[in-house]
Amino acid sequence: MKNQSNVAARKRGRRHPLATVALLALGLLGTGGVYALATIPATAETTATNAALVEEGEKLFVANCATCHGFNLEGTTEGPSLIGVGAASVDFQVGTGRMPLAQSAPQAPIKPVQFTQEQINAMAAYVASVAPGPAIPDERYLTGEGADLARGGEIFRTNCAMCHNVAGAGGALTEGKYAPPLGGVSAAHIYEAMLTGPQNMPVFNDANISPEDKANVIAYLKYLETAPSVGGLSLGSLGPVAEGLFIWIFGLGAVVAITIWLTAKSN
Amino acid sequence: MASDHGVVPSSGSAPVLPERPAGTAVISPDAIQNPGFPPERERVTDKDPAKAKRAERVVVSLFLLSIIGSVLAIAAYIAFPIHEGDLMSVRLNTLFFGLGVALALLAIGLGAVHWSKALMQGHDLVEYRHETRGSDATRARAVEIFQQANEESGFGRRKLLRNTLIGALAVSPLPAVVLLRDLAPAEDPVPLLKHTMWDEGVRLVLDPTGTPIRAADVTLGSAFHVIPEGLNEMHHGRLEEKAKAAVLLMRLKPEDLQVSPGREDWNYDGIVAYSKICTHVGCPVALYEQQTHHLLCPCHQSQFDIKREAAVIFGPAKRPLPQLPITVDDEGYLVARSDFTEPVGPSFWEREL
Repeated sequence: MKNQSNVAARKRGRRHPLATVALLALGLLGTGGVYALATIPATAETTATNAALVEEGEKLFVANCATCHGFNLEGTTEGPSLIGVGAASVDFQVGTGRMPLAQSAPQAPIKPVQFTQEQINAMAAYVASVAPGPAIPDERYLTGEGADLARGGEIFRTNCAMCHNVAGAGGALTEGKYAPPLGGVSAAHIYEAMLTGPQNMPVFNDANISPEDKANVIAYLKYLETAPSVGGLSLGSLGPVAEGLFIWIFGLGAVVAITIWLTAKSN
Repeated sequence: MASDHGVVPSSGSAPVLPERPAGTAVISPDAIQNPGFPPERERVTDKDPAKAKRAERVVVSLFLLSIIGSVLAIAAYIAFPIHEGDLMSVRLNTLFFGLGVALALLAIGLGAVHWSKALMQGHDLVEYRHETRGSDATRARAVEIFQQANEESGFGRRKLLRNTLIGALAVSPLPAVVLLRDLAPAEDPVPLLKHTMWDEGVRLVLDPTGTPIRAADVTLGSAFHVIPEGLNEMHHGRLEEKAKAAVLLMRLKPEDLQVSPGREDWNYDGIVAYSKICTHVGCPVALYEQQTHHLLCPCHQSQFDIKREAAVIFGPAKRPLPQLPITVDDEGYLVARSDFTEPVGPSFWEREL
């Protein structure tokens, strides 16, 4: 018994009760410090790249956009302010060729894209650096993997189909404006359009249509693009106008021709 | 001979009509005489046996083509079977089967018409209608039959019997009236048309998910498609309620809104809610242009200006879209202040205003 208590006392004497805690704290501090030291140069590098990108973007902006949108994005009588529109807006407007605008019109049409994706990214980085705004969407929302097509279709029919047509074929608005067809539009641009509401399109923020549902809508539109038209010729999916015109010309034309032949006397 | 049956072969002269008093009709003394048919013209197939032979061959080949069409339809049905779940196979099956059947039927029809036009006897015939009035003998016989029946049945003599029969016949449709009267709506439709699900404190939720909407989430330029809370949980009459209660929620800058007296607290910090049901014929008006703040109805191009309380600026609609008065509850969610203050949708007979 005495021998055993001696051992315990010796143990207690050699190691302070808080030694374990101190050791743990020291270890954590050391690891954290080394990690912090190791990562500082990397962060600095990223910032440097970002700064270079923003600088390049600013140059491109001043050369191509500032005439209308102002040198500080404040807007002029010719163009709206871009403060707070975010990188998503730049990527959509420039990436689909709508900007730079070629002429004043009710609506900016899709044109051949004027810049490379690197240049667009630089301008987007510059605009986003001036004031925060919606960012370019994450890749995981654009692939369509694991998307719920039925739900995407329901969201699309509730929120989008009244302007863009139930098959995404587009449609007319007032005074020369229109909702463009959605076939062939890239997933990123569809997402950015919902997020930023370009021109007269309403904004569908993440509280209205969640990012997952935006991904579902995109997957549904991509499905519509690839799904075969099982009913035969879709005639542009424009509905009664195209179909009515077709049946009036070809259907009634055939009826008239047969009637004339039926009632004509034989030679 | 033929004229006994009302059929007159064409002979180039006007057919002779039986003489009959004109009644009250005005007969013009210089009326144009019926010129009759032009003289019959022989067809090439009547004159030339070789051409007749050729026409016959055309008809025969059309009938043979019809047989080929029928066989093709059967072959197509076998060659393009419908696979379950593959809609393209349905398209191929119906397309080629239909083409075969169309060829088969069309060729029969074309052959038959060509046969009758080119080969069958081609002379013209006139067939007059029978006279509406029967001959005097027929009419006298009919009266005789009625009188005899009356005498033998005692219909005119036994008055009580006759009158009870008429009474029974008159009462017999009444059960049908009671039965069919119940086909009318059980409820008076007028109050249903005047009220919707919206009421004080009913939350505005997203269509179709049913998520409540916080005022802070409705950013400038947004358009939210809104239904009343509890609609998704309804099992009976859900679509009828949705058709009345559908709302479009938009946020404008508060200084852009022109608010009329009495409506000052109907919007919440520039967030406005309007009925989505067009006041013209009830299409859903949801084509919102976020820069002009115009709402366009896709059916008949009525336009409403959201800045001016959905005033009609173009098109056939007569009245502005009804506005739903909204506010926020303690948790920051948008709620209705009350129901719409006027009936939504198109006019109806009992609608005041």
